[in-house]
Amino acid sequence: MSNTANTGAFEGHKKIERNVTLLAAATLGVVAIGGIVEIAPLFWIDNTIEKVEGMRPYTPLEQAGRDIYVREGCYVCHSQMIRPFRDEVERYGHYSLAAESMYDHPFQWGSKRTGPDLARVGGRYSDEWHVQHLKAPREVVPESIMPSYSFLAETELHVPDVAANLTSLRAVGVPYSDKDIAAAEADLKAQANPEADAGDLAARYPKAQIRDFDGDPKRVTEMDALVAYLQMLGTLVDVNSAAAQEELTKGDKGR
Amino acid sequence: METVVKRLGVWALVLLASIAAIALTPDAGFAIHMGIVALVAVILIFATASSYDPLAKAQSIFNMPPGPSRYDDDVIRWGVIATMFWGIAGLLAGVFIAAQLAFPQLNFEPWLNFGRLRPLHTSAVIFAFGGNALLATSFYVVQRTCRTTLALPGTARFVFWGYQLFIVLAATGYLLGISQGKEYAEPEWYVDLWLTVVWLAYLAVFVATILNRREPHIYVANWFYLAFIITVAMLHVVNNLALPVSLLGAKSYSAFAGVQDALTQWWYGHNAVGFFLTAGFLAMMYYFVPKQAGRPVYSYRLSIIHFWSLIFLYIWAGPHHLHYTALPDWAQTLGMVFSVMLWMPSWGGMINGLMTLNGAWDKVRTDPIIRMMVLALAFYGMSTFEGPMLSIKAVNSLSHYTDWTIGHVHSGALGWNGMITFACVYYLTPRLWNRERLYSLRMINWHFWLATLGIVFYAASMWVAGITQGLMWREYGADGYLVNSFVDTVAALHPMYILRAVGGLMYLAGAGIMAFNIWMTIAGKVRAEAPMGETAHDEAADRPLPIPAAAQPAE
Repeated sequence: MSNTANTGAFEGHKKIERNVTLLAAATLGVVAIGGIVEIAPLFWIDNTIEKVEGMRPYTPLEQAGRDIYVREGCYVCHSQMIRPFRDEVERYGHYSLAAESMYDHPFQWGSKRTGPDLARVGGRYSDEWHVQHLKAPREVVPESIMPSYSFLAETELHVPDVAANLTSLRAVGVPYSDKDIAAAEADLKAQANPEADAGDLAARYPKAQIRDFDGDPKRVTEMDALVAYLQMLGTLVDVNSAAAQEELTKGDKGR
Repeated sequence: METVVKRLGVWALVLLASIAAIALTPDAGFAIHMGIVALVAVILIFATASSYDPLAKAQSIFNMPPGPSRYDDDVIRWGVIATMFWGIAGLLAGVFIAAQLAFPQLNFEPWLNFGRLRPLHTSAVIFAFGGNALLATSFYVVQRTCRTTLALPGTARFVFWGYQLFIVLAATGYLLGISQGKEYAEPEWYVDLWLTVVWLAYLAVFVATILNRREPHIYVANWFYLAFIITVAMLHVVNNLALPVSLLGAKSYSAFAGVQDALTQWWYGHNAVGFFLTAGFLAMMYYFVPKQAGRPVYSYRLSIIHFWSLIFLYIWAGPHHLHYTALPDWAQTLGMVFSVMLWMPSWGGMINGLMTLNGAWDKVRTDPIIRMMVLALAFYGMSTFEGPMLSIKAVNSLSHYTDWTIGHVHSGALGWNGMITFACVYYLTPRLWNRERLYSLRMINWHFWLATLGIVFYAASMWVAGITQGLMWREYGADGYLVNSFVDTVAALHPMYILRAVGGLMYLAGAGIMAFNIWMTIAGKVRAEAPMGETAHDEAADRPLPIPAAAQPAE
């Protein structure tokens, strides 16, 4: 130590560096502040998530597809967050709204676009395109560097306890009704099977797409679930109504 | 005798519980994980049973400490070996996934697809390689700077082996598709709980050793280690709050959703960089650079100022990972401002490290270990300048989602974390195994240049790739339409991805040379080689020229 002739503040620091309890407590205090100031308000400031029409929890089949999306680590190459830039809006659609991921446990915004953004991929391609592309990406897009996922089409969808998944999601804040949970197992099968009686699935989950997704109506595969999830991404919210809301609140500086 | 029976009982209970879990769970991945736990319990039952013989106990695999007259270094020796092993594994995974991006045919579904291997690579290099380096060096440094042996030696051994179990569970989980889908925090709830137990034990060993110290002051390296351990505990617990679907299954759902989950995740993710990869490694720097240079730390005041400002500012920087997303603007701006401010305390650490070499700069030429440390500090300085720059919203609008970020991370990880760890392992190995010197100093030179050149290839190719992709995405033609389809930008990056894989391969080759060097040093071999940095001196030639026999007549 070349300059040990200390005075004032540095003298006081000697007390801290002789007492590990003090040092540890001071450290914890200093590192806690940033998180408390930045993260905590997001839970109570109302306009963090704007109110939009159309958001609903995922159907059991879509949620199963989302769990496969998480399992396979799709988020390491695909984002689900369109930024408000002209090029991104033209390429992918209206910029993403906070409300659109309000039922996402965990969020899958991603951090890298090795492949394109998927926030509004729903309805942009046919089911056949998705199935073919997932099975053998380079047969559809020759320059693609995506891994192939043909095993999804051969793997029967196996969710140990569909109702338990929905119950857990409800416990962390997704508003599933008792009826949704009771019908979870049946909903899962019915959404991928045009032959089955879907009951009031479409009423409980507006805009739910009910059909065979993987081209094999005889069974429900992981491919059915993943394609069902991809085909609903970004289709729930009428983004133009959100735009109208922006018009209404223009000049309202308080927002 | 009694304790042996008790321990046997505990391990038998663990074994039974894991077998019950295997039998009852409907989840194949969870069953395999419980199988690993059961295997560990069986090994421990045998280890405990074999230590029943009091004579064999001294020789048991847990090598209890030699006594108060010597430092307790067994855990550190294991840690050094584990650092090398996981380092090679993590780099190998990295080179493989880099090759997958250049040649997608290398994906072998489902277990070896990029999406499952990428978390394996990041966790292996950050938590397995970096984590073991931090464990080993912190136990080494805290004993030397407190002039006392490790407190709680049994707990210290639990921390080491418990941490290895965490790594094995995490790594196998990714391949089996067990992931909670949050970057750098992919392990599921039960693995997270296990790590929490191990981490609190680590904190206990570290703080108890400091409490036993024979020196009045706590040395600056220990401030950084302490901040690293405490903050990582806080980040890990909060970010991994999740609700398991069943106690007999791997699946859980994050306690947070959407915006809140995103900011919690990047508060965690950025400070995994800030505290795991910065504060912890600065602690290594504060002990090993002065030791190797034989010079005191440059400035005591600077270390105080930059320690407190670094740990205070880092925590705020998380939102810069979420610029222009649905995160509220005020949080983005706050994150950007604090990220730019963070530049100063970061450079405080670099300056304190580099200026420690005052009066010893000649060693950069003669001592390959010092040279590695200087390069590490230089890369630390470079990436802590690049980071604040990328956090500026205007720059980030171009760089975000591209390979520029990947290049930035690797100039920090390969340049700073890798190089300082290699230097510390080179320093530690001869001392821990009581060898005269390393097997070869010239091999360090080879390692140094291969690694440096590898980083240059990596960083340069990713800069070009990132800026290319960012510009191609936003390119408009005269007709007012976007010029490039997404896949055009993918095709354009192909050559850069090959160059990056080459860079990674060079870095891996350097680490391979190091592994050989460390292996031979531990084996007690010394390579016959010309010493480095010594000026040649030939006594016999050290003479004036003989007087010529006869002077030539002038013409």
